[in-house]
Amino acid sequence: MDLQTLIYLFVGVSFALYIVIAIWAKAASTKDFYVAGGGVHPVANGMATAADWMSAASFISLAGIIAYKGSDGGAYLMGWTGGYVLLALLLAPYLRKFGKFTVPDFVGDRYHSDIARTVAVIAVIFISFTYVAGQMRGVGIVFSRFLQVDVNTGVIIGMVIVFIYAVLGGMKGITYTQVAQYMVMIVAYLIPAIFLSLMVTDTFLPQLGIFGTTTFAFDDGVKTIPAGTFLMHALDQAVTDLGFNAYTMPGNIWNMFMLTVALMVGTAGLPHVIVRFFTVPRVRDARASAGWALFFIAILYTTIASVAAFSRVNIIDRVQNVPYKQWVTEGVKQADGRINHGGWFKTWEDGSLLAWNDRNKDGKIQYAAGKAFKDPKGKPHFDDHKRAPDGHRLTTNPLPPAGHKPFDNEVYIDRDIIVLANPEIANLPNWVIALIAAGGLAAALSTAAGLLLVISSSISHDLLGRVMFKDPATGKSKLSDRQELLAARISAIAAIVVAGYLGINPPGFVAQVVAFAFGLAAASFFPTIILGIFDKRMNKAGAIAGISTGLIFTFSYIVYFVFMGGDPKDYLFGVAPVGIGTIGMVLHFIVAFIISRMTAEPPAHIQEMVENIRIPRGAGEAHDH
Amino acid sequence: MTEEKARAYWKENISAILKLLTVWFIVSYGAGILFINQLNQIEISGVKLGFWFAQQGSIYVFVILIYIYVKWMNKIDEKYDVHE
Repeated sequence: MDLQTLIYLFVGVSFALYIVIAIWAKAASTKDFYVAGGGVHPVANGMATAADWMSAASFISLAGIIAYKGSDGGAYLMGWTGGYVLLALLLAPYLRKFGKFTVPDFVGDRYHSDIARTVAVIAVIFISFTYVAGQMRGVGIVFSRFLQVDVNTGVIIGMVIVFIYAVLGGMKGITYTQVAQYMVMIVAYLIPAIFLSLMVTDTFLPQLGIFGTTTFAFDDGVKTIPAGTFLMHALDQAVTDLGFNAYTMPGNIWNMFMLTVALMVGTAGLPHVIVRFFTVPRVRDARASAGWALFFIAILYTTIASVAAFSRVNIIDRVQNVPYKQWVTEGVKQADGRINHGGWFKTWEDGSLLAWNDRNKDGKIQYAAGKAFKDPKGKPHFDDHKRAPDGHRLTTNPLPPAGHKPFDNEVYIDRDIIVLANPEIANLPNWVIALIAAGGLAAALSTAAGLLLVISSSISHDLLGRVMFKDPATGKSKLSDRQELLAARISAIAAIVVAGYLGINPPGFVAQVVAFAFGLAAASFFPTIILGIFDKRMNKAGAIAGISTGLIFTFSYIVYFVFMGGDPKDYLFGVAPVGIGTIGMVLHFIVAFIISRMTAEPPAHIQEMVENIRIPRGAGEAHDH
Repeated sequence: MTEEKARAYWKENISAILKLLTVWFIVSYGAGILFINQLNQIEISGVKLGFWFAQQGSIYVFVILIYIYVKWMNKIDEKYDVHE
């Protein structure tokens, strides 16, 4: 079967599976819609959480980011896994015992304040939309790269699929589709990674492959690195020869520290992750479930680090000094007789992820540090789809300044190419490529669905149910369960439409998702929930002051330095905007503590509630409204 | 449940959390960031130790920490008869 047919087949079958699950898991009540009825098995919930968590960025981009950042990439690997330790130990069990449906629910009830609840709803919506727009864009990009459709058409197809299972099944539908999506993505990621590990180091497990030695000799452009060299030595040698920093050399320790804290704490404070722990039956299940989630995430994350290292070696081996025309058409033989065929390079030039600029006119590709194209980000500007006589795609950028050591770089390599093109670079069969397409879509759709659900439930449950239609006499919602379920479905539809729109016309803030989503979650939800559980004395005034300080400080800092042209020299304590959530969190803790100690302690029933949250027994009881 | 017992349970809970978080901090922020250069002096099969902690090792420790936490807390819950 040809590649295109296989891709349609794999993507089609996986989509059909998600829809069948959605119909089987239709939500009948708001409890089904918000928390999947509260009866999800901890292992299933762990798997769903892992899929919910690992986005298109984890699946497609992260290996590439690490392949280029080297050692500093560890901030992302530790940051996006270490947060689960905080979730398991400090949040999940207590929030499960609290036993409501959403994060604003906790904030609003614990601090008995509709202002706090509303601020929480706004923060949830802003964080989740920033995040979801990137996912919708991710769906569009996968479609456009693998199925040759327009990015926008891809976004719309993604909207339709999410629409079917999120609107119909709510959290129940999403949970069970996420279980299926996790399996699709993990298989899609591991198969090429294992092949790659065998190819580069002759080791089966990629996690152990980095301890291996290279199976081939390769020319890094300056010298030949012999077969049998320790992989990491080969990598450090090759990249330093080409003018990059050594792969294993750490950069700025302080900024790596701040970024790691912001990512960990942000992870633990992200509403779409927290809400997953409301779906299990008991407190002990919430703890176990966080463990399972991290276990399933770790399988992929520990693979990512290895894939990054293999790919960097692989790219240098494949690309350095090959004659373009012969390489992409019939292939060339490496010095040791291995066949090296560059068909993939040509394919991905069409996807605008690769470009070659033959600056020294020798007809061969040279890869080194530095920009190959004159552009602020070194990106190629393609001359429509025109190609030169030797077949490479033409660009219109002026020539960048020459004279770099050891030679001028001629290739632009988008970081996403690392995962997307690995199967082709490693000569894997077509079905593996088709699997990557299905896996990338699974990663993007599972995260998008989780985020959309959080947005719709904060609107229907918190804003409509608990603020706008609150019965002042009883403090409960005036909406019946059926009315609220309908409201939840309508909010989900509205959220999908807005997310799709943002995916098609991504505003500038979407590119700053790491800074905004993680920074704001770290500066708002994480501290306020922790204080709500661990500090019985924390009161309404302290909480509101803390949240406002955290949000306003972090938001303004990011906006000033990213969008208003703030000079990096003026960074507070030298902290880059991606790590500023950490400072926001510290300020939140300090302000909340001081204000709460200056004002009256919280009423007796709230203090009782805190006592109650701390004891596991009794979480199984019904908690409907 | 008496107030005294509840307080004792909470104290034991907090102490377990603090011990586990200490390990969590040491492997990630300690080994993977603050002391990465020192640990990088040690190499196993070409892999620098600090680098390994930052990219893989700390993740394994995180998984083990949650596993220990779950077992530990279940025991404490039973000891104080607050399990479900």
